[in-house]
Order: sequence, then C-alpha cells, then structure tokens
Amino acid sequence: MLGKLSLSAIPYHVPILVGTFIGVVIVGLAVLGAITYFGKWGVLFRNWLFSVDHKRIGIMYIVLALVMLFRGFADAIMMRLQQAMAYNSPGYLPPSHYDQIFTAHGTIMIFFMAMAFMQGLFNLIVPLQIGARDVAFPFINSLSFWLTTAGAILVNISLFIGDFSTAGWLAYPPVSELQFSPGVGVDYYIWAVQISGIGTLLTAVNFITTVVKMRAPGMTWMRIPVFTWTVIASCIMIFTTFPALTVAVAELALDRYCGMHFFTNDGGGNVMLYLNLIWAWGHPEVYILVIPAFGVFSEVVPVFCRKPLFGYATMVYASLAITTLSLLVWVHHFFTMGAGANVNTFFGIMTMIIAIPTGVKVFNWLFTMYRGRIEFTAPMYWTIGFMIVFVIGGMTGVMLAIPASDFVLHNSEFLVAHFHNTIIGGVYFGYVAGMNFWAPKVTGFKMSQKLGKAAFLFWFFGFFLSFIPLYITGFDGMVRRLNHYDNPNWHFWLQIACVGVFCILCGVVCQLLQIFLGILNAKKPENVDVTGDPWGGRSLEWSTSSPAPAYNFAHIPVVQSRDAFAYNKEHGIDTRRTDEPYQDILMPKNTSAGFWHGMFALVLGFAAVWHIWWLVIVTVILNLVLAIGYSFKEDKEYVIPSSEVERIEKEHSRKLMTQVAE
Amino acid sequence: MAENTGTMTANTSQNVHEHEHENHSFFGFWMYLMSDCIVFGCLFTSYAVLRNQFAGGPTSKEMFELSRVAIETALLLTSSLTFGFAMLQARHNSKNGTLLWMVVSAILGLGFLILEIQEFIAFVQHGASPTVSAYWSAFFTLVGTHGLHVTLGLIWMIVLMIQLVTKGLNKKMMPRLACMSLFWHFLDIVWICVFSFVYLLSMA
Amino acid sequence: MSESTRHRMKKLLPKITLSVVGLTSTLMLGGCNLVLFDPKGPIGQSEKHLIMMCAGAMLCIVIPVILATLFVVRRYRASNKNATYSPKWDFSLPIEICMWGIPMCLIAFLAYQTFVSCHELDPYKPIAAPADNPNVKPINVQVVALNWKWLFIYPEYGIASVNQLVVPVNTPIAFRLTSDATMNSFWIPQLGSQVYVMAGMQTQLHLLANSQGDYLGESNNYSGTGYSDMKFRTLVKDDKGFQDWIEKVRASSQELNNDTYAKLHEDSIKNPVEYYAHVEPVLFDTIIAKYNNGMVMDKATGQMIHISSNQSGEMKHAEE
Repeated sequence: MLGKLSLSAIPYHVPILVGTFIGVVIVGLAVLGAITYFGKWGVLFRNWLFSVDHKRIGIMYIVLALVMLFRGFADAIMMRLQQAMAYNSPGYLPPSHYDQIFTAHGTIMIFFMAMAFMQGLFNLIVPLQIGARDVAFPFINSLSFWLTTAGAILVNISLFIGDFSTAGWLAYPPVSELQFSPGVGVDYYIWAVQISGIGTLLTAVNFITTVVKMRAPGMTWMRIPVFTWTVIASCIMIFTTFPALTVAVAELALDRYCGMHFFTNDGGGNVMLYLNLIWAWGHPEVYILVIPAFGVFSEVVPVFCRKPLFGYATMVYASLAITTLSLLVWVHHFFTMGAGANVNTFFGIMTMIIAIPTGVKVFNWLFTMYRGRIEFTAPMYWTIGFMIVFVIGGMTGVMLAIPASDFVLHNSEFLVAHFHNTIIGGVYFGYVAGMNFWAPKVTGFKMSQKLGKAAFLFWFFGFFLSFIPLYITGFDGMVRRLNHYDNPNWHFWLQIACVGVFCILCGVVCQLLQIFLGILNAKKPENVDVTGDPWGGRSLEWSTSSPAPAYNFAHIPVVQSRDAFAYNKEHGIDTRRTDEPYQDILMPKNTSAGFWHGMFALVLGFAAVWHIWWLVIVTVILNLVLAIGYSFKEDKEYVIPSSEVERIEKEHSRKLMTQVAE
Repeated sequence: MAENTGTMTANTSQNVHEHEHENHSFFGFWMYLMSDCIVFGCLFTSYAVLRNQFAGGPTSKEMFELSRVAIETALLLTSSLTFGFAMLQARHNSKNGTLLWMVVSAILGLGFLILEIQEFIAFVQHGASPTVSAYWSAFFTLVGTHGLHVTLGLIWMIVLMIQLVTKGLNKKMMPRLACMSLFWHFLDIVWICVFSFVYLLSMA
Repeated sequence: MSESTRHRMKKLLPKITLSVVGLTSTLMLGGCNLVLFDPKGPIGQSEKHLIMMCAGAMLCIVIPVILATLFVVRRYRASNKNATYSPKWDFSLPIEICMWGIPMCLIAFLAYQTFVSCHELDPYKPIAAPADNPNVKPINVQVVALNWKWLFIYPEYGIASVNQLVVPVNTPIAFRLTSDATMNSFWIPQLGSQVYVMAGMQTQLHLLANSQGDYLGESNNYSGTGYSDMKFRTLVKDDKGFQDWIEKVRASSQELNNDTYAKLHEDSIKNPVEYYAHVEPVLFDTIIAKYNNGMVMDKATGQMIHISSNQSGEMKHAEE
C-alpha cells in the first residue's frame, strides 16, 4: 500500500534533523496561524497562488528563491563548520550526512535558488520592459511556477522522510546507480530535477514567444532593452539544453527503476555517456544563469551613471556569441577522462574564446561609467563589486580551461572556489542588484539602501574570506567534497573560510532585514515610489505606475528609439498617452489549474520515490484529466472596463501632478 | 506619425487579440517541438553510443523483423497523410469531413501502436528485454519514447474530436488542429529516423 | 549614511579591495610550500610553469581592469563636478576595436599555449628516459580503484600492494588504470596530471619522479562513503631502495588470487597497506573483461579480443 515507505524512513534519531523539523513546524504553524487570524486565506489563494499575473508570479518565484537560499545557505554553513573541525578528527557530521548536505546545497542553489530567482526576474520585468500586458501564455506561466515549486518541496521533504542523494549535485553514475546508492536519495533528486526541469523549459518557450510576438509597436530588434536580450539568450539556451538534462536523468531513472543498463558498470553501460549528456546541459546552464545577470548590470549601470549604455550593439552580439559558444564547450568538465590531445585542445580553446565576449561586456560597463555621473545606490554597489570579483573568476576559469593545467586543478578546491567566484560574484550579485533595482516597480516602495549596501559589503568581503582560502588549498592539492583530512596547512585556510561564511551570513541577515523593514516601512513617504520612476529609468517599465496596474499599460506604448522612456522624457512625449480615450482591456482570468498540476506532480514524485505505484497511476490520471478539462474551459478572460482603466490612470496622473507640485 | 500608429494599434487591439493568441500558440508550439526534437536527438545519441553493447545477449540483427516494421511505417505515414486531408477539410470549413479523416488517422495510428506493442512483447519473449543489455535499454527507450508520443497524440486527437463535435469548427479550434497536425507530422519525421537509423542500419 | 561617512567609505573601499587582492595574489603566487608549486617531476614542473605563465598573462589585463574600475568609480562619482560628463556618449569605434582586440590577442596567446601543452603533456604520451638516466626502462604499474582503496600491480615483478605506491626515482612510470567499483580519479599532486579511473575501461597515465620522497596520492572524484580516506602514499626511492622494497613485498605471506581478490574487493575504509608476493598475471585484464563480456583490448593490435584467447588458460575460470 505504501511501497517502500515505513516509519523507519523518518530520521527521528538524528538530533539535527529533529531540531530542524521542530523549527519548521513552529514557523509553519505561526505563518498558517497568522493567515487564519487575519482571514487572508481567500486572498492568498485567489489573488496569489491561483494568479496568472506575471508580476505576482514573479514575486512568488523570488519568495521561493529566498526561502531556498536560506536552506542552501544553512547547508553551506554546516559544510564549512565540518571542514573547519574535521582536521585529524571525524568532525560532527558523518560522511553519510555530510555527503547529503553537499549534494543538497548544489542542487538547491542551482535549481531552486538561482533558477527560481532568474525566472522571477524574467516575470517581473520582461513584459513591462517590452510594453506588453502579460506573457504569451499566462496559464503556462503559473504552471511553470508550480512545477518548480513542486520540485523544491520534494527536495525539502527528503529532509524529514527518508534521505537525500549523496551522489553530488550532478548525480554521476555509477555512484548514483542502484548498486552503490540503494536508498531513495537519488530518486528524490531525479524527480525533483525532472519536475522543475519541465517547468523551466515551459518558461523558456513562454518568454521567447512573449518577446518575439508581443513587443510594443516600434520596438525593433535593436531597440530591445539589453536585459530582455539576455532573457532571449538565456531562453534559447534553456530550450536547447534542458532536453539533454531531461534525457540524462530519465535514463538514470530507467536504470534505477527498470533495471536498464545505460550507465551501469555491467551490461555494457557507459558512464561517459551520462557525463556528456549532463554537461551538454550543465555548462550552458551556468551561462543560462549568468547572462540575465549581465543584463541586469547593463540596465543598472546606465541608469546610475546618467548615460546610455556604451556599445549597445556589442553587448547584444556578445550575448549571442556566448549563447552559441556555450553549446560547444561541455567536454572541458572532463578533460581528465583520457580523451586525445586534439579533442582536449579543441574544447579548451572553445572555452577560452567565451572569455572574449565576456571581457568585452566588462569593458562596456567600464566605459559606460567613464564620463558618467555615478550615483552610489545599492544596485550600483553590487555592480561594482561584481566587476571586481567576476574578472578574477573569469581568469581562474580560463586557467581551468587549459587542459594541461586542468590536469592538476580539476575537481580540486580550486574548482570549487572558481565556480563560486562566478556564481556568487556574477549570478547572485546580479540578481540581488536586480532585486534592489526593480523592487520599487514591483512593490511600490524602495528598500533600505543602507541595509542593501551593508549586505553588499558583508557579501563582498565574506566572499573573499571564504573562497580565496579555497583557491589556496586547491593549489595545495586538496580535493573537493572531503569529509575529513589530516593536512595542517589545509586546516588553517579552512578555518578562515569558515569565518568567511559567517561574514556572508551577516550579509544574508541584512538582506532579510532589508526586505522585512521595507515591507514594514512601505507607507513611509521617503520610501513610497509615487511616480513609478524612482531612479530616473530609461526603459518602458518605469513609464507606468509602481506597482504596475494589472494591465501594465492602459495604452500600449509606442517605441521610437532605444531607451524608449528616456527618449520620450527628453522629447516631452507622454508615454502614457493620457489624452487619448481609454478602452476596455481583456486580461486572462486567474485559474487554479496550474496550482493543482503542481500539487499532483508533487504527489506523483513523492509516490514514485517510495514506489507507491497505485498513487503514481492516480496522479498521472488526475494530471491528464485536469489538462483535458482545462482545454474545454471557455471563458479564460475577463474585461477591465474602460471606466475602471480611466479611474486608475487618472489617479496615477493626479499623484504625478502633486509630486511635480512639491 | 509614430503616435498615430500607436493609436491605431490600441484601437484595434481587442479585435486582433484572438488572432494574436492563435499566432502565439502556433509559435510557442514550434518552440516546444524543437525542444522535443532535441530530446530525440539525445536519445539517438545514447542509442548510437550503445549500439554494440549487447553484453553477450541477443543482437538486434537476430531480433528485427523488417516486414513488421515496414507495415508500421506504412501505417504511420498514411496516418500523417490522412491528417493532412483532415486539415484540408477544416480549412474548407467542413466539420464532418474533418472528423472523418481524423477518425481514419486515429485508427491508423492505433494500428501502428498495436503492432509496436506486439513487437516489444515478441522481443521480450525471445529474451531481448530492456534489462539484458545497454543496447536493448537504449532501443526500448528510444522507440518507446516515440510510442509514448504517439499514444499522447492519440489521446489528444480524441479530445479534439470530442471538442469538434461539441463546439463545432470555431475560431479557437483551428490553431489547436494546426498544432495537432504539426505534432503528428513531427512524429512521422522522428519515425523515419528511427526506421532508418535503428532498423535499417542494424540489418545492413 | 551621512556625507562624511559616505566619503570615508568611498575612500576606504578601494583601499580594502586593493589590499585583499594584493595580499591574496602574493599568497597564491608566492606560496612555494603549496604542493602544486613544489612539483617533484617534469610533468608537474611543466604544469606549474604553464599555470604561472597563463595566470601571469591574464593578470596583465585583470589587474589593470580592476584598477581602472576603481579609478573610474572614484573619479566619476556624481559629487565630483570637475570630472567630464558626456551624457550622450555611447559609442567609439577605436575603443570597440580595442575592447575586442585586447582579449582576442590574449586568448590567441593562451590558445597557442593550450595547443602546445595539450600535446606535450598528454597523459597518454610515454615519457622519454631522463638525461641523467638514459638507459632506464619504464616501469609498468597497473592501478585498480576499489571501494575505497587503491591496488597497485607490478606486472614485471608479479607483485602487488594496496594503498602504497613505490617507484624508482628518475624512471618513467607507465600506469594503466581501471576500476572494479565506482569511478575515481587517480592523482599524485606533486607528480602532476590526474586521470579518471572507470570500471570496464582502461585509461593511461605517464609520470616521472625526479627526487626521492614521500608524496600524497588521492582520489579526486567523489566515490561514496569512504572517499575521504581513499588516499595512498607514494614513495619514490633510489634503485636500491626500490629493489629492497620489491624483496620485502616478495617476502609477504599473502598472494593475490581469485579468493584473496574477492576478499580485497569487499568495501573497506582506511584499508591498511598490504603486500602480495604473487599476483595472477592476467588479473588486471580479467577485471576489465568482467565488465566487457569477457572482452579485453589486445595490446599488440588494439583489437577487442576474448580474454581466454589472449592469455594462457589459467585465469579463464575467473570470470563470472
């Protein structure tokens, strides 16, 4: 009836997990209690969980990302503590637990923190930036979000029921095969990654369609804001490479569930097939993440330097060059497999070539700042920090790309330091810059700049403290994923790295405070964004009110130039066209279908992990019935009457007038 | 001038909304299909890498029966053709004609599926199950994934037929039929690759 | 933030950043006690030079870029009204050419280095006898990764050891490697390159140690619970020391045959050093053949042949 699931699957004998569980229950009950007390259940479901509004979905993505950041970061602290303690001693975490933690850390940070954060930014900004009222497929957007969330919940269930994979964040066989990992951990990994992967793929299809088909009139290709360009680049990579991940993980699942032999040691299986497939996705994946971050910097720098972006065309071509090249470099993740010198040379050089467009981007930002009037806001701090950190990460990346030096740097702590250097310094700094930059547009209030800067400083110095020691231990021959060791030199550096992670913790606390205090002080006059254009923005998202109305734009704006809003402001053109008559606006209705698909997928994944086959069949049927039922639904849209549009727009105009009067 | 264009767009936005939406689904579906194409690409790659890994078990040459595969191919290709006829009927606004050709396509597709399942059962009975070797794992996964797509396609086709009957050949149905047709032809192309690279090459 | 603190901060930030970058690069480059910067063989030495040269070439651009960033950020701060402000300037062909050209030149240089070093330091390329020891013949070592220990077979001597690799100094070492469990990577940081070790497959690695000593060897690919302890000592001895060691192993009471190998194959963590006075000569090929349906690569022709036709019949029954 319950497959492999029994009471023994609950780790009530592990004190750390019991403590965590109690904590989660208390927080969960508090949240649920608060919602009940304030009577917000209806609002929560109708206006948020069932919402197809891209702005709300975007906010939910970012909330998910921050919750997952918290989880992944807790893992990071535990790992740093273990390595700081485990010199000539077993530390406080046995390998079986420690190995789950590093696997969960990687899986969560990439799939559920970074990817969720990225999709959140796509959702918040892309339709506003191209002058559209929503994405091309609002329902699919909600579905994507719930599939991603289902995957995230599945990973976290593994904390308290059964255990998580110990095979590393890419689940290399043969360690991830049934022979060496007979438990349910890898199955949790498989289902979480597959379910959220489908969500991501749908997001890519959705946003490419949105950008290609729904741009405001006049927005030709070379007038598209750079952030939107990077979203296109990222989505192209998603839909060309996520299938490889799906196939690799599906084949691993077939090995484990059906006794097949794709990657097993016996039966003619081939481990290197898995490595090739997974990295054919895995390398583009880091560009999928970092290119939108480049897009954020390209938006932030011109606004706070009061100058157009230097070399717009170069920026676009560089992004597309990175997109193309990223598909041709995956072998650099296993130079040490014993391929011939010519193969290694080819992939090594291809990898280095990516450094050219990336370097060009850095120069572009630099020359945008040059002869500007730089305002040191929080987003700008993150951007400057990025430029310093990222060039170092780029340099160590090229060092790893040279096969002969990779022969001694591969899989060492040097590698760990390198990819954190690019993921933290590039991806994370970028997304946080974006969050600080666009927060007023989405919420209607500015977040505290002081706390934002403090958070940055902690992260910036915490980063160097945490990861420079890892570069050094890497040079000292320390390999990654070690549970314990006996080298005194490593011990010294690992203790410093541990100090670093607590420095970063202060940064994370500052960020949480920034969000929390922001909400608390949302109504204070110095925080409220009345005009919808708090920074002197350049692209269309700043032309509408903050937070943007459900329909985004009462009149679809007309684009006459690059940096459309800046151009209109300069030429005295009213982007909102307030003197024209308003019309009824047709908007998609909220629907619970996406939510239920996600929940059924979650139960499906859970049932499959524990081999509860009847439940698997039930949830598959439920998903099919739901999908078919939804396709029969007729009235998926509602009308916002012109009178209502007019009321909202007049209200905003009134506020703008008072602002000017003051 | 530019502003005039904008006004015009705003004025007609409601009328063109429906049409735009159809356009979107067709474009979006194309994107999805490209992605699906890469899924098959990866499965073909796996198959190619593992093509000689019989692990001492039965080989493909011993197992394959080209005559059955030829009939399967004929069924699926004809089904694609008849779905083309269904689309022609839909363009001519003939609901019954569309339905008729869709029924024919579905029956042909079902025939293909039954033959394929029979083939799989025969293989397993003769000792070539997906668990005996990497080759057979790759074979069953590749061909099975195609079969799964055909199955989903049939379900979709039946749903569309019911919608045709209950709702008629309205504006919303056309893009759905167009997507379905795209999907069905796509499965045909994939099958031609399966037929050539899996069956014919093994016999060569 | 008050104006003065802001100003102080702005002054402080570049200083702190500079000192961090400066300090770390000194530590990284000057750290001669770091094992990768203290290689004990020609492969490791070449790789050290390659790393230093490429890092140096890149730092020539990276450091100026960081400095330029800090300079521009300070100079063009909004409060500095003396700085030029060009609110419309967004393109300059000469600058564009430079910003594409400079990285291209650097990458061209690195690409050339890559091509040369890739062929020079190919782990499959045999190493010539060193100049001061021109007549020496390479020593063959067969490496088998087990859960979680290393088995070293010396085919020329018919002996084997576990978790201890002993090689003569100034002698090319030709490793053939496979795994009889999970995938690992075989690495002796001070001697140079590593290579993956996979079940059913055979990889190769050529190294040479040019000074005597005791070096760490480790697995560099996560392989399960015992991974952290999957280490071995590499003892590089002079000829006499090596011969003495051979004799010591030969004096061991243990032999490696089907039964003892089955026992060794069981999972173990922190396996003590073990010596085997005698090893079945086809053991290594048998281990590979086990995963290849009895097939193994014929050394002479490179063709896959059945293990029983390759060897005298003694180990035929070893296959399951």
